Amino acid sequence: MNEIISLIFIGIGVAFDFFGCLGLIRLPDVYNRLQAATKSVTLGTWSILFGVFLRYGFIAVGVKALICIPIIFFSSTVAAHALIRGSYIYGIKMWDKSVKDDYSSVYKKEE
Amino acid sequence: MKPVVDIFLYILIGLSFFCFYRIIRGPSVADRMVGIDIFGILVVGICALLVIKTGRLFLIDIAITWAILSFVGTITLAKYLTGKKLNE
Repeated sequence: MNEIISLIFIGIGVAFDFFGCLGLIRLPDVYNRLQAATKSVTLGTWSILFGVFLRYGFIAVGVKALICIPIIFFSSTVAAHALIRGSYIYGIKMWDKSVKDDYSSVYKKEE
Repeated sequence: MKPVVDIFLYILIGLSFFCFYRIIRGPSVADRMVGIDIFGILVVGICALLVIKTGRLFLIDIAITWAILSFVGTITLAKYLTGKKLNE
C-alpha cells in the first residue's frame, strides 16, 4: 500500500517536472522561462522526495529525503531570485510584448 | 513496481536533455544559467529515483550534496551577472 501511494506522488512529481521543462524550451524570454521552470520543477522534486520518504518510512534514508525537501525549497527559490535580479541588472531585454515593468523604477531609485 | 520506476527514470533523463538544449542554444548568457539551475534541481530527483531502482541507500546523500552545491554555483553565477566582485 505504501508503495502505491509513493508511486502516485512520484508520478505527480514527474508530471510537474515535465511541464516545467516544457516551459523552459517553449517560452520566449529569460524571465518567462525562469518563472515557469523554477516553481514547477521545485514542486516536482519535492513530490519525488516525499514519495521516497513514504516508501522507506522513518529510517535513515527516508529522514534524509525529508531533510532534503526544505533545502530544495529555500535554495532554489533564492537562486532563482538572484538570477533574475542579476540578469535584469546585466541589461537583458524583456520580451517585446511584455506589458509591465515595475522593477525599473525601483532599480533607478537604488542607483 | 520496478518497470514504473524505470519509466519515470527515463522520462527524467529525457527532461535533462531539454535543459541541455537550452544550455547549448540559449541566446543570452542568462538562459544558459537558467538551464544549469534547472538541471541541478532535476538531478536531485534522478538521484532519489535511483535509490528506489538500485537499492543503494547512499545515493540520497549525493542528492543533498548536489542540491547545496547547485545553490552555491547558481548564486556565484548570478553575482557574476551583476558585475560585482565576489567579496562585495
